[in-house]
Amino acid sequence: MARILSLADAVGEVVHDGDTVALEGFTHLIPFAAGHEIIRQGRRDLTLVRMTPDLIYDQLIGAGCARKLVFSWGGNPGVGSLHRFRDAVQNGWPVPLEIEEHSHAGMANRYVAGASGLPFAVLRGYTGTDLPAHNPNIKQITCPFTGETLTAVPALNPDTTIVHAQQADPAGNVQVWGITGVHKEAVLAAKRSLVTVEEIVDELRPRPGAMVLPGWAVTVVAEAPRGAHPSYAQGYYDRDNDYYQAWDAIGRDRDAFRDWLTETVFNNTATAGGGTR
Amino acid sequence: MSQTASARPAAGYTTDEMMSVAAARALRDGTSCFVGIGLPSTAANLARRTHAPNLVLIYESGCLGAKPDRLPLSIGDGVLADTADAVIGVPEVFNYWLQPGRIDVGFLSAAQLDRFGNINTTVIGDDYADPTVRLPGAGGAPEIAASCREVFVVVRQSRRSFVERVDFVTSVGHGRGPGDRERLGLPGAGPVLVITDLGVLRPDPHTRELVLTDVHPGVEVDAVRAATGWDLTVADDLGRTPEPTERELTALRALTAASA
Repeated sequence: MARILSLADAVGEVVHDGDTVALEGFTHLIPFAAGHEIIRQGRRDLTLVRMTPDLIYDQLIGAGCARKLVFSWGGNPGVGSLHRFRDAVQNGWPVPLEIEEHSHAGMANRYVAGASGLPFAVLRGYTGTDLPAHNPNIKQITCPFTGETLTAVPALNPDTTIVHAQQADPAGNVQVWGITGVHKEAVLAAKRSLVTVEEIVDELRPRPGAMVLPGWAVTVVAEAPRGAHPSYAQGYYDRDNDYYQAWDAIGRDRDAFRDWLTETVFNNTATAGGGTR
Repeated sequence: MSQTASARPAAGYTTDEMMSVAAARALRDGTSCFVGIGLPSTAANLARRTHAPNLVLIYESGCLGAKPDRLPLSIGDGVLADTADAVIGVPEVFNYWLQPGRIDVGFLSAAQLDRFGNINTTVIGDDYADPTVRLPGAGGAPEIAASCREVFVVVRQSRRSFVERVDFVTSVGHGRGPGDRERLGLPGAGPVLVITDLGVLRPDPHTRELVLTDVHPGVEVDAVRAATGWDLTVADDLGRTPEPTERELTALRALTAASA
């Protein structure tokens, strides 16, 4: 049964220096509050894993938490580039960032293999692209039945996966609805997991199309209202598109970014989400 | 409708609007389309609002049959999930729907596109480890370009974007020429149509090189050549794109206004 902790205690328990950590959420339910808590706790040398590193990883990278990024698409959706990510890759600021780059199909299948307890996943993918030349974790494999050449990618088994969800009950059963991305696979692939939720309710009411993560499959749950802001939580609040627009100017400038860190992350110990602009 | 070739300012509509309208027209009603965000999403949603109300829009966030009433701002916009026939996990999108070849058209954009329709969205520059510009990366595109029955590309045309050879092959078009897709075992036909703000290009059936087959109203061939980083071949029977209709422009502007 998942234990229910405060956000600070939960992050302190599941994220340690040097860990491989996946914060997932495909545009929807991105765990910003937990990401900011990782920054506040000063974690270093993390290998950050995420299909779509957007603002949350720009913030973690800019704060110097990461030494490596494993990903398949890095940008500010609908706005442009991630400037802290680019500064780290191109200039090593504030610390050098190693990258391991995949496609979405490859990353999704790596989580599936991890959740399935298998060493690798097989897909038709990457063929003819320049990605395998720069990534030793993409290899060809021959089908033992048909002889077809396919692609193999190794399982992803993060030390910790963190996702955000709408609701949990007191036993730590989690209910998620709307776009669920790779929530299930990323949680089941991980050695430890933290699910932050909008609210803890007495009893989960079944919803059409919702996914339930049983409490015994989750390590810790923490209540974090608006914990996905500036992304959205279906049924609770909409995406804060202005925040994504405003981030472009903040992320572009090292000093503006430092000021943002101080004001929004370090001077804000509440469990609220991405803070205000 | 006027089809004059005289150079004139695009009266009443912009070159981007012409591009979106031309791209929308290419989508057939009743087919399924794997939609990239940005220009492809605009065109696909316009098609649903005009001649293709039964176009099935598939977004990699897991939204099958999305029917948004405004342009989604990202591939995971809540309006997509709210209006979809089904919302599924991301592994299922790629493994169950895309990989087996169930989807008719993959609709992509590009930072760089070369004469064989190969797409780069990864890095600009010769050195992957030390790029001139770091782009977002692959996302779903490599497998969309491989496995959809056909690929349409919509991209603004310039010497920066239309290059002899992409700096990095993120998604394979026609490789280095005839037979490359077959040799690689890529199941789909690859890029069959490239729609830009200047005109339309299609691969030559024999050389697989992209050839200019249509120009938009008011665009001269020399202007397209000047915006192409290779020695552009022009089709003998060069066509001219019909101007946007009032209905198309009204629908496009309603879509973009609802998203502002």
